[in-house]
Amino acid sequence: MEALLDRLKTRFGVFDFEQKKTYQSFCSVDKLSLVSLVTYLKATEGFKVLVLISVVDWIEDGKFQITYLLNNPELKTDIGIRTFISRDNEEMESIHDLWEHAPTFQREIREMYGINFPGSPRVDESFLLEGWDDIPPMRREFDTKKYSEDTFFPRPGRKTNDPAEYMKQKLYPDEK
Amino acid sequence: MKNKLNILNWKPDRSSFPDMGEDGKPVISLDSEKFIKVWQGPNHPGITGNMSLELTISGDEVVESKTHVGYLHRGFEKLFERRRYIQCFPTCIRMCVPEPDTNEYNLARGVEELDGIEVPEMANWLRMIVLEMARLQVLLRMVPGQAGTMGLGLGVQWGMYYRELILDRMEELTGARIYHMYILPGGVRGLLPDGFKQRLEENLVKIEGFLKDIDKLILHNAVFKKRAIGIGHIPKDWVDQYGIVGPVARAAGYQRDVRKDYPYLYYDQIDFDYNIEHDSDMFARFLVRRKDLETTLDILRQIMAKMPDKGEIRAETPNVLHWKIPKGETYVRCESSRGEYGFYMVADGSEFPRRINLRGPSYTHAIAVLEKLLVNANISDVSAIMLSLATCPPEIER
Repeated sequence: MEALLDRLKTRFGVFDFEQKKTYQSFCSVDKLSLVSLVTYLKATEGFKVLVLISVVDWIEDGKFQITYLLNNPELKTDIGIRTFISRDNEEMESIHDLWEHAPTFQREIREMYGINFPGSPRVDESFLLEGWDDIPPMRREFDTKKYSEDTFFPRPGRKTNDPAEYMKQKLYPDEK
Repeated sequence: MKNKLNILNWKPDRSSFPDMGEDGKPVISLDSEKFIKVWQGPNHPGITGNMSLELTISGDEVVESKTHVGYLHRGFEKLFERRRYIQCFPTCIRMCVPEPDTNEYNLARGVEELDGIEVPEMANWLRMIVLEMARLQVLLRMVPGQAGTMGLGLGVQWGMYYRELILDRMEELTGARIYHMYILPGGVRGLLPDGFKQRLEENLVKIEGFLKDIDKLILHNAVFKKRAIGIGHIPKDWVDQYGIVGPVARAAGYQRDVRKDYPYLYYDQIDFDYNIEHDSDMFARFLVRRKDLETTLDILRQIMAKMPDKGEIRAETPNVLHWKIPKGETYVRCESSRGEYGFYMVADGSEFPRRINLRGPSYTHAIAVLEKLLVNANISDVSAIMLSLATCPPEIER
């Protein structure tokens, strides 16, 4: 893994390298280098499998983290590539031509976070939320509680418990 | 007589059907009156879950398929962001109804990895028992279920009975039949009840007898063979290109099994092999799952022989209501009955997870793979192909 890191540092300027397990590492790369890095890993380093594309919303920093997790089935190693994009310019280059299932991830991310992947097949088709007209729901500023209060009426006579308070009474009755 | 045989063996050349446009997509015009649209689902056609397929058919042949999901979306991944880690457990198990234990295990292991918690030996053995019992009860439904999608429902009825036996053991061990919530961060909730091993062994013996019945009823059944061999063929080069995992990849000749490739718990102490087939069609996938059933019985026996009789089952953990998980991220995976089942977890140092993202096998099997595999398939084979890919919509929708 260290030899691979050296190569990636020299060619693509990866940073924040972390080895989590013997077979799993994560690193970050600039948004503009991401597609060339992923292409290189697939074509040259044997990371032939795209495990997932995932997004983390760091609203306090004004950034979205997009993680591409690749797997090398021969060496049985994973590498997670993180890249950060601004929440104000939520657009990322598509990798739909590299893997057949990449458009599915990108379509879901488009719907759930509003991040666009220009050129990705069917990226603007609704994935889960047909007819959704609110802000993308996986963004941190989307308030699920307020949405459900506005959308659904509370059932009359229903008794509600605060889950945290209920568990506290059950598990730690002596704690004040 | 000769002519008759020729008619029976006649296979139309469909290699250039439907017409493909310059963009590589099929040219389909509903106005031409050659095609009609049929929606399959969102009702279950078998045990494949509430999803729907928008099929464009010509005669009885599918020319285009689109997967539509969203009928089960409950926003679990969003709900996790507002729940403490321990509160995520009752939610996460709903992400895969037939095999919820893989969710519990992945979430617990993710928390343990991020906070550096060492799980006691006994707890790890008990986790293995539960995970293998979960795999067994799914396969008991799924193996005969393959024939069930073709109208041979008897095997499914039998399989449901044997599945109930395993659910009895689950109830005995965990207190619940479907959603167990047995695995928790740091360990498990309880030890094996007295006489559990003996009762499980009796069930395993009965299930071995059931396997012989399955062979007689399904494996050597001419109709089943006729409808399964050569149908739903997945080219081998699709496996990496589409992210195919588990029995579907193994039926294409690939050695892919998380238990062997990335050993977790004590699977490195268990003697078993990859169950491989090479034809990569529906029949090959049936054979792989049939062998998986036998392997699971064998693994369960090995676990019972090797596990200690008693020991600690929970590691010391902080107060779960104020448990702050250090900042970090990890991807944890285990082998479910359908293949690699992973959680990508990101902690921000607070009591709440920043992101938990499930990657289940169906995410690619039921969308990218299925949409392409159904082109040129007969409409009567659609639900059988779905089941051979083990589609499970809750793990797509989360």
